[in-house]
Amino acid sequence: MDAIILQVLNGLDKGSAYALIALGLTLIFGTLGVVNFAHGALFMLGAFCAVTLNGILRLSSESIDPSRTDFLGNPLKVKTPYVESWFGPEIGGAMIEWSVPLAILFAIPIMAAVGVAIERGLIKFFYKRAHADQILVTFGLAIVLQEIIKYFYGANPIPTPAPDAFTGSFDFGMLLGFDPGVIIYPYWRLVYFAFAALIIGGVFAFLQYTTFGMVVRAGMADRETVGLLGINIDRRFTIMFAIAACVAGLAGVMYAPINSPNYHMGMDFLVLSFVVVVVGGMGSLPGAVAAGFLLGILESFASMAQVVSLLPGINQIIIYLVAIIILLTRPRGLLGRKGVMEG
Amino acid sequence: MIKRPISRRSLIKTAGAAGVGLAAPHVLIRNAHAFTNEPTGSTVTLGFNVPQTGPYADEGADELRAYELAVEHLNGGGDGGMLGTFSSKALKGNGILGKKVEYVTGDTQTKSDAARASAKSMIEKDGAVMITGGSSSGVAVAVQALCQEAGVIFMAGLTHSNDTTGKDKKANGFRHFFNSYMSGAALAPVLKNAYGTDRKAYHLTADYNWGYTTEEAVRSSTEAMGWETVEAVKTPLAQTDFSSYIAPVLQSDADVLVLNHYGGNMVNSLTNAVQFGLRDRVVNGKNFEIVVPLYSRLMAKGAGANVKGIFGSTNWHWSLEDEGSVAFVQSFGKKYGFPPSQAAHTCYVQALLYADAVERAGSFNPCAVVEALEGFEFDGLGNGPTLYRADDHQCFKDVLVVKGKENPTSEFDLLEIVEVTPVAQVTYPPDHPQFAGGQLGSCNPGT
Repeated sequence: MDAIILQVLNGLDKGSAYALIALGLTLIFGTLGVVNFAHGALFMLGAFCAVTLNGILRLSSESIDPSRTDFLGNPLKVKTPYVESWFGPEIGGAMIEWSVPLAILFAIPIMAAVGVAIERGLIKFFYKRAHADQILVTFGLAIVLQEIIKYFYGANPIPTPAPDAFTGSFDFGMLLGFDPGVIIYPYWRLVYFAFAALIIGGVFAFLQYTTFGMVVRAGMADRETVGLLGINIDRRFTIMFAIAACVAGLAGVMYAPINSPNYHMGMDFLVLSFVVVVVGGMGSLPGAVAAGFLLGILESFASMAQVVSLLPGINQIIIYLVAIIILLTRPRGLLGRKGVMEG
Repeated sequence: MIKRPISRRSLIKTAGAAGVGLAAPHVLIRNAHAFTNEPTGSTVTLGFNVPQTGPYADEGADELRAYELAVEHLNGGGDGGMLGTFSSKALKGNGILGKKVEYVTGDTQTKSDAARASAKSMIEKDGAVMITGGSSSGVAVAVQALCQEAGVIFMAGLTHSNDTTGKDKKANGFRHFFNSYMSGAALAPVLKNAYGTDRKAYHLTADYNWGYTTEEAVRSSTEAMGWETVEAVKTPLAQTDFSSYIAPVLQSDADVLVLNHYGGNMVNSLTNAVQFGLRDRVVNGKNFEIVVPLYSRLMAKGAGANVKGIFGSTNWHWSLEDEGSVAFVQSFGKKYGFPPSQAAHTCYVQALLYADAVERAGSFNPCAVVEALEGFEFDGLGNGPTLYRADDHQCFKDVLVVKGKENPTSEFDLLEIVEVTPVAQVTYPPDHPQFAGGQLGSCNPGT
């Protein structure tokens, strides 16, 4: 029982990442009709916003410590971050330590600007092109973004730790009456899950309860009619692309402490997120979220030693297996609308 | 028109002359190129096949820096680096056999097929007489086989799987880097001293060749000293989040987690294990411990503070204080501004060893080079007295057991050496079961 609870928890945080990326993908597909293979790269860019802010906060002045030497035997250059010089070691140190949460504020304008630039500079020329063309151009864009990041940050993962307050684990087992230490879960993963729930709730509320959201939903249903009513739907869709980029970016920012960011991390999530979108139903926001969590949990269970020993290799194919079954039995996905990507 | 009758004698003469004439180019070519890519001008071309793209690109970049430094030193530039400390004095800093060393590079992408294609291109188009480099055992085994077929020497870069000099060994291939068996043999006594003999180990193993041989090596050496292996789980190579593999460790009664992972796998699995509080656990009345059999400073950097206090093994470390290591670190550090990685070290040493073997053999012929390297004993290249064993073309030398440093003084100061395991302790017979299968075969000069 404790193993099952633990794998459900694991699935929830993994599903959070899938759901957030799939949500952005669905927003773009639902509004612009574009299959965006660069979405994983936007997730990666978000994580590198956290890396960048951490690097900026660590920019340091150098002083020579003659009592110590570096690896070449020269006097050691001691670095003192500027923020510690300006605000004192306590406040400056806290700013560096809390760089990941602070990076949320840092990432929003950057990701929005990146989103607008991509949509206006590239994607808009492909609205009326075949999905295959869209996939090719956005996949190419993803590779370009990856290589840019690798050029500046290198290929190795860059550790970007969570604040000390969130290191360590929460003992769920104690809460549920199990022995201590049986069901423990890292605090930051709980934060990630809560953050994902907040973002998902925020996007749904935005679309459901604002005039802007209402127009976007109308545009998703019938773009032509909304345009005939004199509403500039294109501008709103550009904004939606920026919002989708922000959602992916913020998912990346908060993911940075879970696994050290590297230039390739977007690709690792991209294919799985597309499967999530297809399983959830192309164009269905609730479907994307539900499928994200469902597949995250299934993947966790499939990785259990007992399951793998019964069905070797199941951990590597479970998501694709589910996708095949869903597509065979319900081609439009779990919550997909009739007519979307059909025929 | 007068018709001359053709006599039997003149027919034989004509046919003989024509035969000689037709055969001559082949004889001349064979004499001109007694082996693949025999250097005929004033230069010799070496092929550096390293990952320039993909997840190990940083390690590949460090390998390339080391090769460029080696070429500089071989041609008489710079401070000479390890040429001054190398026990063999055959190299004079005037190239190899008086020919200036030039090089071409290929990108392995850490993919076997891409690595073979780039090595093939360097051999066939650029005339490389030797191929070296790489950051993966899969790549090393693939390129080694290609070099054997093509008739050029392969000096392996970073490859740790037993198979490279085990079941996949080839006469034209040589490995300076240590292997999985040696990691297990070096680590076991240190782990015994630190954690005792009554331990239960849980292995997470990358699901590919290197992972299998490392798990086998560490299991056999730790089980031999009394540890019990409670579970060994294969993890997909492409796995990024290891939480679902870490969670079952909590349910088991294991008190040690062995991460048979390298590169990004190691960074992520170690980070996840620490996040799940494994290092804070007490199981069976003992502190829970994590072991990483193969450490790399470049990878340790990716895992950040999570490496603190964790044991592993490494082929070489820049903090070694022997004459050769100091000369190399000074040379590399002054040129590039940071200390070399173990990948850089092994690649630099391999380039020097090849050049030295050619000088001693007096020929670039791969068979002469093989003969010069087989059974070659040397010192002054950073690992103490070393033997290139003739039976399997594996270098035998001391192995370093390291630990993640608790209080690093710089971004490079991540690992501390806890023991230099003497070569005798990591030496095994050529027919050891972990290296069974495969034949070295005979050298192939190509052409």
